[in-house]
Amino acid sequence: MNREQVAALKELMAQEFTALEFHLYLDTHPTDQRALMEYNEACRQLMVLKQRYQQCFGPLTFCESSGYPWQWIEEPWPWQISY
Amino acid sequence: MWFYEKKLQYPAKVGRANLRMAKYLITQYGGPDGELAASLRYLTQRYTMPTGQAKAILTDIGTEELAHLEIIATLVYKLMDRSTVGEIEAAGLGAYYADHDKALYYVNGESVPWTAAYIQSKGDPVADLHEDMAAEEKARATYEWLINLSDDPDLNDTLKFLRQREIVHFQRFGETLQLVQEHLDSKRVY
Repeated sequence: MNREQVAALKELMAQEFTALEFHLYLDTHPTDQRALMEYNEACRQLMVLKQRYQQCFGPLTFCESSGYPWQWIEEPWPWQISY
Repeated sequence: MWFYEKKLQYPAKVGRANLRMAKYLITQYGGPDGELAASLRYLTQRYTMPTGQAKAILTDIGTEELAHLEIIATLVYKLMDRSTVGEIEAAGLGAYYADHDKALYYVNGESVPWTAAYIQSKGDPVADLHEDMAAEEKARATYEWLINLSDDPDLNDTLKFLRQREIVHFQRFGETLQLVQEHLDSKRVY
């Protein structure tokens, strides 16, 4: 995996973690409206990053469209990457 | 990385509460040929598979087995729902009740807790894929014996879906084994 792809992946991972942290917080603070707004915004930004990444490097998960031939089986898998 | 989706893969329906079937069905939750064993087996074997393709199929089937684990949990939960302590005791589940009430726990039908000794991760992809094919056949047979034990058409509908998935997984593992063997053979040619 080239440096450009690793950088894009790490940016995506960081954004996803932000969204995840808000998600957990909201489970126990469901009426925190400011946190909810930040969560929604974090998710929106994550969607943009994911779409961009997948257009360049193929599907990250189930039911994301693939180029031909089926890209899901391409390596590297997450445990093969130098982060 | 995994995310949870708040729905079942297939609607899990039971016609009526049935403690006798709950006692039998829990083996597919925490028994030797159950869904937990299947999922954890595939997800731990995938790291040392030699091709992206084999890594993909173990990831995908290991993930689907978690969805099946959830279906089994839902069925057992519904089969035990609203039963009284007296009914639980009469069904032979008194010892289970003492340890867990009606909570879901990873045991087989005789309350033996799940153990990693049920599964292997050999590092040899041919050996591992043969184990996986055998595991699918054993799970299919278990679903058949459970269907034989059950007279609930709703429960049997869900069990038949799960049985069918074992057949599909067996097929995919067989194809993967063949592709891995071709890959290993091609590496031996100099």
